[in-house]
Amino acid sequence: MRYHQTLLTSLVASVMASPVAASIDVPIAYLERAVERPPVLTNLDPIPDDLGRMGAQLGLADNATTGGFMGHNYTLSAQVVGLDEDWLEAARAVLAEYRILVVHAPAEDLLALADLPEAEDALIFNASAEAEALREEACRANLLHTMPSFAMRADALMQFLVSKRWTDLVMITGQRPADQDFAAALRNSATKFGARIRAERAWDNSSDMRRNIGQEFPLFTQDFPSHHVMLVADEAGDFGPYLEFNAWEPRPVAGSAGARPDAWSDRVEAYGAAQLQLRFKRLADRPMGALDYAAWAAVRSVGEAVTRINAADAGAIRDYILGDDFELAAFKGAAVTFRDWNGQMRQPMPVATRTSLVAMTPMPGFLHQVSTLDTLGRDRPETACTAFDQKD
Amino acid sequence: MMMIRTAFSALALTLATPALAQEVWISNERDNTISIIDVPSMEVVETIKVGARPRGLMFSHDHKVAYLCASDDSTIQVIDVETREILHNLPSGENPETFALHPDNRHIWISNEDDNITSVLDVEQRVIVAQIPVGVEPEGKAINRAGTIAITTSETTNMAHWIDTETFEIFHNSLVGSRPRHAEFTSDDKRLFVSAEIGGGLHVFDTETREELAEIRFEIPDVHPHDVQPVGFKLTEDMRRVYVALGPANRVAVVDAQTYEVLGYHMVGRRVWHMAMSEDETKLFTTNGVSGDVTIIDLVRDEPVKTVKVGRFPWGAAYRPADS
Repeated sequence: MRYHQTLLTSLVASVMASPVAASIDVPIAYLERAVERPPVLTNLDPIPDDLGRMGAQLGLADNATTGGFMGHNYTLSAQVVGLDEDWLEAARAVLAEYRILVVHAPAEDLLALADLPEAEDALIFNASAEAEALREEACRANLLHTMPSFAMRADALMQFLVSKRWTDLVMITGQRPADQDFAAALRNSATKFGARIRAERAWDNSSDMRRNIGQEFPLFTQDFPSHHVMLVADEAGDFGPYLEFNAWEPRPVAGSAGARPDAWSDRVEAYGAAQLQLRFKRLADRPMGALDYAAWAAVRSVGEAVTRINAADAGAIRDYILGDDFELAAFKGAAVTFRDWNGQMRQPMPVATRTSLVAMTPMPGFLHQVSTLDTLGRDRPETACTAFDQKD
Repeated sequence: MMMIRTAFSALALTLATPALAQEVWISNERDNTISIIDVPSMEVVETIKVGARPRGLMFSHDHKVAYLCASDDSTIQVIDVETREILHNLPSGENPETFALHPDNRHIWISNEDDNITSVLDVEQRVIVAQIPVGVEPEGKAINRAGTIAITTSETTNMAHWIDTETFEIFHNSLVGSRPRHAEFTSDDKRLFVSAEIGGGLHVFDTETREELAEIRFEIPDVHPHDVQPVGFKLTEDMRRVYVALGPANRVAVVDAQTYEVLGYHMVGRRVWHMAMSEDETKLFTTNGVSGDVTIIDLVRDEPVKTVKVGRFPWGAAYRPADS
């Protein structure tokens, strides 16, 4: 602690000793892979095509203001790689110019990018993919994650349910890979925190809920054992939003729909978040989502590191971000930092419905010897990641 | 109302104490009201309806009027301390959160939270005379007694900006811990204190050299470091003590302002934001946002003596002395 203070103080002193330091350019690339979106039951909520990108833009604006006082010049180049374009070719072109990338792409594309020889000393932020493997057996030293994993989201929800003593659960799972992954994470979390998933059912999605919602779901859920909460793993928001009030039993819905754990919710307003929400809305003309938040946090993490170390080298930024002195005020009540064993940003996570915040996790009482934020997701002793130089 | 005050005055006279209408005013952020606490009786004696989302609150140096940031109405309201009436609204720029009054009793320096601007208001002409671009989410405001330096802290830029009050130009930026919330000069103007909510420390700067002299840290048994979030603080006139509100740690720290040693902690209500101190520096009044109350700490007995229920989300606090 003392060491930490001395270091910070001397850093501040050295920055201040050179108020007219040569200006530093900090170019950041935002690279997105367009994906085919699955059809969903309702057309009422179109998915904005600038999800994530606007978060990066806001992060840039925040950085630029600070940079103006420091002589740090931030720029952001955003590019979307179309469905029929060559992802790796586009990635190579970006890597030829940029060393700091914020990426919004499926896990396999992200991994292919990180494994390019050109990416070896680059600093890449995963601002979208939730797959556990990216943080574990398939982790990469040049890849940090501001988006929480499925496991972190599942743990956040399970902590909330367990703290309410709502431990008898049933689960309905969709057919898509993300549904399966989230369901698996929920099963693990239930075991981890002592809840019970008493029955599960797969939704095959063969009928139109807009027309026969009142006929289908009561029958589908009629022979579930008694439960406190119905979990739903339906990441595309296809059938999940229709479950509440249409199941056989009057029970709350949680998971992908109902009370949803996520990196962010536009319902968060404490911890100064009201300002962030307002800034975002002014910029994007829509509410801020989890993808926006993850991209914002990535760009802001770069900004915070550059401000403190007065350098823009990708390696130095990575080292600082993974080090003990880094912390980012991220509007969720506690500073966010990065796990030095796998590059995952540890963070509080809201559980929220579409109308209001339900809880901010980690829940009180879930303790940890190092950081309560490490009660969310896989912890250091369990990690399968070996690409990071771990401290003792 | 008059009657109650007269009664107290009479009582005070008989007891030969200087307590004449000593009050503490509290702004309630989520209730759009000000609660007025009578200091001798430690009771809320009046609640005034004000503009939307009241936060920053202070009295003019002559204590004739109160100034209030009605943030969501984007105005500063001027309230007559005797009649409790809102006299008029002043231009403030967008979303004023906090402010500081220049020693000339005429210029108010305002943090415009959503616009990254510090505005300077002339209360006599009722116009904004200057706007100074600062960092993201300006918050804490302080002006030295000499009236030469104004400080704005920017919460997301993590800086204290030093502004020349003559030229309206920033002449220095000090990096501090994350989310700097509040700034105050010592009574001799020689040192500047800045709290960093997420950073968890209280930074002390030498005004002359602008070098950082110390960062005071707080370690409370059984409280997680995440929850130690310094927000408001108060320095005593003799510069011997600084009292620091620690947010969700639900405590006020007592710190030796000379040695920077943390001497102890007082338990207060939940999520303590800001404070007012009585003129004789024997009582401290803390606004506890989440529990919706004010803790009164007796600084002589060195213990909290009463919790007073106020409105929802009490935020700002200002002390009005007896002889005003």
